[in-house]
Amino acid sequence: MTEKVEEGVWQDVPSPFCGIASDDLTVSVKGQKVSVLENGDAYTASGFETPVTDKAPRVNGKVVTLAVAVEHTARLINNSKQTVISGLATDLNGARAAMALADKSRATIDHMNSVESFKNTLVLQDTGWMNTTLSEVKNRVDMLLIVGSDIEAGFPRFFERIIWPEDTLFGQDIESRDVIYLGKGPSGRASTSPEGKKAEVMLCDDADLPEVLSILRALVAGRAINAVDIGGIAVTDLARLAARLKAAKYSVVTWAASMLDFDHAEVSVQMVCEMVKDLNTKTRSSGLPLGGKDGEVTVNQVAVWQSGYPMRTNFNRGYPDYDPYLSDSLRMLKDDEVDTLLWVSSFDIERKAPASKAVTVVIGRSGMSFDSEPAVFIPVGIPGIDHSGRAFRSDGVVSLPLRQLRNSGLPSTFDVLSAIEKAL
Amino acid sequence: MGYTAGFEPAILPSNARQAHMEMHDTPIIDKGGYVMLGSDDYLLRMMAANNDQESINNYVAWTITHSQAIGVKVVNPGGINAFKFNQRKLDLDEKNSFYGVTPREILLRLARAVKELGIPHPLHVHGCNLGVPGNMDTTLDTMDGIGGLPMHMTHIQFHSYGTEGDYKFSSGAAEIAEAINRHKNITVDVGQILFGQTVTASGDSMHQHAGHAHAHPNKWVTMDIECDAGCGVLPFKYKDQSFVNALQWMIGLETFLLVEDPWRIFLTTDHPNGAPFTSYPHLIRLLMDKTFRNEVLSRLHPEAQKASRLASIDREYSLYEIAIMTRAGAAKLVGLADRGHLGVGGAADITVYTDHADREKMFSKPDYVFKDGRMVVKDGDLIDVTWGTTHVVKPEYDKSIETSLKGYFDKYLTMKMGNFKISDDEIVDDGRGSLTIQPLHKGGPV
Repeated sequence: MTEKVEEGVWQDVPSPFCGIASDDLTVSVKGQKVSVLENGDAYTASGFETPVTDKAPRVNGKVVTLAVAVEHTARLINNSKQTVISGLATDLNGARAAMALADKSRATIDHMNSVESFKNTLVLQDTGWMNTTLSEVKNRVDMLLIVGSDIEAGFPRFFERIIWPEDTLFGQDIESRDVIYLGKGPSGRASTSPEGKKAEVMLCDDADLPEVLSILRALVAGRAINAVDIGGIAVTDLARLAARLKAAKYSVVTWAASMLDFDHAEVSVQMVCEMVKDLNTKTRSSGLPLGGKDGEVTVNQVAVWQSGYPMRTNFNRGYPDYDPYLSDSLRMLKDDEVDTLLWVSSFDIERKAPASKAVTVVIGRSGMSFDSEPAVFIPVGIPGIDHSGRAFRSDGVVSLPLRQLRNSGLPSTFDVLSAIEKAL
Repeated sequence: MGYTAGFEPAILPSNARQAHMEMHDTPIIDKGGYVMLGSDDYLLRMMAANNDQESINNYVAWTITHSQAIGVKVVNPGGINAFKFNQRKLDLDEKNSFYGVTPREILLRLARAVKELGIPHPLHVHGCNLGVPGNMDTTLDTMDGIGGLPMHMTHIQFHSYGTEGDYKFSSGAAEIAEAINRHKNITVDVGQILFGQTVTASGDSMHQHAGHAHAHPNKWVTMDIECDAGCGVLPFKYKDQSFVNALQWMIGLETFLLVEDPWRIFLTTDHPNGAPFTSYPHLIRLLMDKTFRNEVLSRLHPEAQKASRLASIDREYSLYEIAIMTRAGAAKLVGLADRGHLGVGGAADITVYTDHADREKMFSKPDYVFKDGRMVVKDGDLIDVTWGTTHVVKPEYDKSIETSLKGYFDKYLTMKMGNFKISDDEIVDDGRGSLTIQPLHKGGPV
């Protein structure tokens, strides 16, 4: 548990911002000012340190009490034909309150990262996968294949925490670990081993990656390939890579869906996952999707265990009705199918509601600025800073307890959404 | 259906927080869980280093306490770990290729820890070789090998297969039931299969992977998890015209009918692996109504009918036996001192059914359900929503174990020991939850 080691200094603080839930942070709290003293990165530092500014809710730009803002929002929902509750950057209890509100108001739910997370979800639903979790990778990986992703740009501490630990359980010399990039290369040096062994890089354009991956899977499966070159990569090089994957004892293939920025990237994710299954006929290999920022995994988990479905589910007919196309909130907003949008964003002031014609209610982190003032703005506290909570990390298995570190007086997303539900 | 408590039988320590979140969101019923050990690297390291029983007891007590559990489960002992080293099977006396530890040793160490700590629920065992023809020998060996220690063998139907006949697949139920009758330290639940579509979800990643070709429809998931355990999820369809599935159905019912003591056998479908729990009323009818049972039997795969003695078994369960098996016996087995009886100090969890000749109809819809004395169901309709408690035990342990555990978490895992622990406040959560600490039995060295 996060512990106060001296007045204003907390240790073993988990980060709800970084996706891999690093929980070795030391954080200082002086009044309202929070600073990361140890083990921060670009995401956790700005996550913890962005200052509190406005604390008062506003309706149409005018400062009001929380009760008035809640009443106003409830009226908007009561008069709405189609409400969407999206953004949903929140913690466990925020997600529970959002589900309850959606159920009662017959709204549609979605998450700000759904475009990315569905690249994985659709594969899980269609064919499944063989995956692993961070501690297994830390102790077992002998070959890390990174597909189409510059991991350290999105997950700055992944290599330090997971790939280059000082010790492993099974006596492996970590310098023997191979790191191979396929598609994009690394932007920094995090993937270089402590003694200076550099990652291997096989570059190709995103546009060519689907074909490169299908050839790699075919080679792993022992199929004959006539082509000599795919997207600038020699097929003989891909054949060598296939042979090394088959020879490895515990290879891990990782990707960040947020970096697979091309249409139907789910088909490429599926190609990778089916290749991993093929490898497991003889040896061990696992997939490791990286993501989980902005409460993405937490909210999908809650939705799945409560309703049976992930995001993009609507409750209009009085029961959960899942449709990843019809209930895609971005498509719905673009096609003017939404009259009221509730946008929840309690982690990052830069993650704002998409522009649309819908009347917009923002339940957001204090400090947000708007190009056009929303109908309602209710500043809320941050899970793990202003109130306690729980958050899942990228692998969907481990969740961490978040502790209140300061008294800002800001309500939690759970408080606000529950109050709105009551006021309907 | 009138059940007022449900237990999650396989909670991975690293995923226990999620299990409690999900149970917290389940209204009315009481809940609790068995924490899974036996393939976790910490235990296997201790065993490989030949640590004494007391250190293992401390580790088991620490894990059960901080994952807020009421029992201990072992799934394919050591096998989930062995699969990570690419072993594809692990017999009772086969060594883990890295640790040199066998499933038999793991079972003995954990069963002894549970007994010595005074945890009421016996070690909950999903044995080796699940689903493998011929596994009845392993099952009999497991029962003999536990040396009289209390042991609960779960979904025994999946572990009662012989290799006789043209299909090299036969019923071992008679031998298994005879052994259960003889070993008074053994309890079992059946894991009855029923026909139709279901999904199998298991911690046994080794055998779930081995069975992936049978996934119906063809999609499946397995996971290696946190140097702790694993899991696998496969959809599956049991078909009444399949020889193997029909015989599985018969093996389950033979076991129910040949085990004599209703206090030592429990009605389960290994939800959802054999069938969803919503099929319990149908299963009760199969046990209570011989004419109905034989009528269903007569429609199944003809060769399977010839391979089973089920048609010749006359026993029909009485209402008293059903009440023991599904309520009183179950509460006693789990260690719920205040449930499963109507005596002084008992919580008033009461279900009332109207007697009906069609037992499936009777048990599908209760007239009344009272939860802690409050009426929540009337004439089959929900009239009130309450939030049940979470049952746990808190065995004592020597706090010094945290020194080595903290070092282990810091060095090898990806979360801090302090963040692993689930506090009592997390169970209470938003106020809906509560914790009930059940009394321990007298423990001490065996």
